[in-house]
Amino acid sequence: MQLTVLLIILALLTVIGYQMGRSRAVASVGGRIVELHSVPSYHGFYVALWAGLPALLLFAFWGASEGWLVMQMVLSGLPDRLVNGDAQSLGLLRADILNLAHGVATGREPDPEVVAAAERYLRLHALGDWSLLVIGCCIAIGGLLYARGRIDPDLRARNRVERTVNIALVICSLVAILTTIGIVLSLLFEAIRFFAVVNPLDFLFGTHWSPQMAMRADQVGSSGSFGAIPLFAGTLLITGIAMAVAVPVGLMAAIFMSEYASPGLRTWLKPILEVLAGIPTVVYGFFAALTMAPFVRDLGNSLGLSVSSESALAAGFVMGVMIIPFVSSLSDDVINAVPQSLRDGSYGLGATKSETIRLVVLPAALPGIVAAIMLAVSRAIGETMIVTMAAGLTANLTANPLDAVTTVTTQIATLLVGDQEFDSPKTLSAFGLGLVLFVVTLTLNMVALRVVQKYREKYD
Amino acid sequence: MTDLVEQDTRAMSVAVTKSRYQSEEFSARLRRRYAAERRFRIAGMVAVGIASLMLVVLLGSIVSKGYTAFWQAQIRLEVTLDKQQVEERNYTALVRQALYAQVPAATDRATRRSLNDLLSSGAPYELEAMVNANPSLIGTTQTVWVRADDEIDQFMKGFIRRDVPESERRLNDVKIAAIDALVANGSIRSSFNTTLFTAGDSREPEQAGILGAVVGSALTLVVTMLLSVPIGIAAAVYLEEFAPKNRWTDLIEVNINNLAAVPSIIFGLLGLAVFLGFFGLPRSAPLVGGLVMALMTLPVIIIASRVALKAVPPSIREAALGVGASPLQTVTHHVLPLALPGILTGTIIGMARALGETAPLLMIGMVAFIVDIPGGLTDSATAIPVQIYMWADSPERAFTERTSAAILILLAFLILMNGLAVFLRKKFERRW
Repeated sequence: MQLTVLLIILALLTVIGYQMGRSRAVASVGGRIVELHSVPSYHGFYVALWAGLPALLLFAFWGASEGWLVMQMVLSGLPDRLVNGDAQSLGLLRADILNLAHGVATGREPDPEVVAAAERYLRLHALGDWSLLVIGCCIAIGGLLYARGRIDPDLRARNRVERTVNIALVICSLVAILTTIGIVLSLLFEAIRFFAVVNPLDFLFGTHWSPQMAMRADQVGSSGSFGAIPLFAGTLLITGIAMAVAVPVGLMAAIFMSEYASPGLRTWLKPILEVLAGIPTVVYGFFAALTMAPFVRDLGNSLGLSVSSESALAAGFVMGVMIIPFVSSLSDDVINAVPQSLRDGSYGLGATKSETIRLVVLPAALPGIVAAIMLAVSRAIGETMIVTMAAGLTANLTANPLDAVTTVTTQIATLLVGDQEFDSPKTLSAFGLGLVLFVVTLTLNMVALRVVQKYREKYD
Repeated sequence: MTDLVEQDTRAMSVAVTKSRYQSEEFSARLRRRYAAERRFRIAGMVAVGIASLMLVVLLGSIVSKGYTAFWQAQIRLEVTLDKQQVEERNYTALVRQALYAQVPAATDRATRRSLNDLLSSGAPYELEAMVNANPSLIGTTQTVWVRADDEIDQFMKGFIRRDVPESERRLNDVKIAAIDALVANGSIRSSFNTTLFTAGDSREPEQAGILGAVVGSALTLVVTMLLSVPIGIAAAVYLEEFAPKNRWTDLIEVNINNLAAVPSIIFGLLGLAVFLGFFGLPRSAPLVGGLVMALMTLPVIIIASRVALKAVPPSIREAALGVGASPLQTVTHHVLPLALPGILTGTIIGMARALGETAPLLMIGMVAFIVDIPGGLTDSATAIPVQIYMWADSPERAFTERTSAAILILLAFLILMNGLAVFLRKKFERRW
């Protein structure tokens, strides 16, 4: 509440600051704008930035650290009996205080000390918000007054404003790097915690996947089993089926559209493929689970084969359909980039169109096509919804496309959906799988992008 | 002599020509080559045909499964709003009495008990809401249409067949007889399913609606847009207009291209570990969903914006710089406005992708079962694609129908957004 008020006040102050800076700059030269170093509006922006930016930075800093700070203060006020535990019980205590403070029922009678702590948490929280409001307004008004005092015909307002904007632009472009760092760190941290419990070699080369953790230590299979080979095999099987559909169809569609189709036909075909690319994956998943899988099962049964109701074939086929436009549009670009002179040379020697395509155009476009296929493979490996909805959950180590298999992404999704305790190897294993998934797809993407870059301008 | 030699060579060359280009062997090979040509061409057509066919099958199966969800069976009741019953809030009894009155043949307890299942379990609440809105109704007899149970609805739509043996049917003979009686006196009608558009999720298909998910998606998209559009455009402007060409900017470039191809579920893991685990933001909230989606769509927007900026000819920049504009003024006054339509198109496409994305939202808990319509960015919410995923898991036939309907609604939004992008591209297309 206070935070919203602060933001509104800040917005108002920047607008006022702009007006003040502008009019003061004009007044300082008596209306002869030529005598100003910068245009009046830059003086306005200068004051506005001073009014808004420092307070906004404080706001951002506060938003990121407030919860932690307040919690530390609350914890330091608690008796040692409660605080002197290991990391896990401390985490539990924190969660209890938060739950009580937010009025979430925890289901057990809370310790009076914890209740007091929760009240203290709420008080400090409110105090923090109010002080942020006051301090934020003070800083904003102070900045505004300071900048207004500095307005002078010789003030290099434009340079200062532009430097600030430039810094902001650089920061924005760094977000991409920060995201990557965030992904790597979050995956690594959690995966390391997982590998502290489960041997990485067992994880990467074990053949039995059953991540269920028992409630008590003496139960059968109490430790769970984290051999990920069946998941990798399942992923590869489904990816293989998807590629067997997407590569020939996508490539032939690209060839047909770029070499054979008339312009009129192309204006129809291109949007059809684009629509196929724009359909959300959850829709493909629904289609795979409710239409394709029963169809495949009935077809198999009528041929006397035993097909499980969630077969790799159905999921893989639908995933292949999803990837067709991806393959075709990338291949289309590459094929169009092959210079016409090569085709003309081939026709001149008497080759037919298909011979030209097969013997001249495709070899010339091969690196690009390979890169396109690699990107498609990476997308198939990372695809979640279709396999989650249509491929099943049983970790089968099989090469039979009519069986149900499970994949890396399916397991990540099922391990982390629903109520889970956060520190068990079961949930952490999802991050181990995520790390593998990230490394594999990253490698494929890097190689593919490199290949595209290397061969792109070969004929120019 | 010379003539003779000449004649001889000519005869020979004719013979050679004939033997090489008109031989059986040659024309057979030519036929084979032409046949191969035709086969190749047909293969191309088949490929395009498969792609189009799949699109038709996909859309066809969803439309044919989903269009019926827009209608819902309702049952007419003559409810006498007895004052005492209303005060005791005994609406269930009121509704049941009215229903028994509609089917006079049902007198014994067992029949009546199965009659109770004809109405949606939400029917008493509908009545209660009506009375609360207009207390003057108490004591009168009103004709109200209330929702039928989903199985009755499915029966009316013909998805539960009569000719199946009773033990395998979802409706027993008593209920079917009662429905027939209701149909005979005109007490069942099929009306437009407004619930689908005005309600949140529910365990009962006939009470489930998509509005909660639509609001959740809208809130998520707002957060996504507020973050990824300014940051994306700023990053693109920096990289395209100001950045020096060095190892740092190369690194940023490679990074952006890689991020565009990272599986979406990885972004979900990032959101789970960083936003929920580290910053302690609430689970299932559109705020977190929007943050994750913003990081995901950022590369798309940066790449599209850079292409749009690149398309602005250098002469514009040179002219601006030539009359004394600073580099920033050149960009903000001239380059950016000219590139804006292209940037907008890319942004809309990025938003459309974010709207259809599901996997990252599963990771941050937006799969929770939420009945209320979310009111703010930190309320628990779900999104349209996640709602589709959840409904798709429900065993009831009526949910399958609603899943398809939700897909149709989602696709309608997507078509609208993509249509807007195409329209903008056409409208502002400029050739220099």
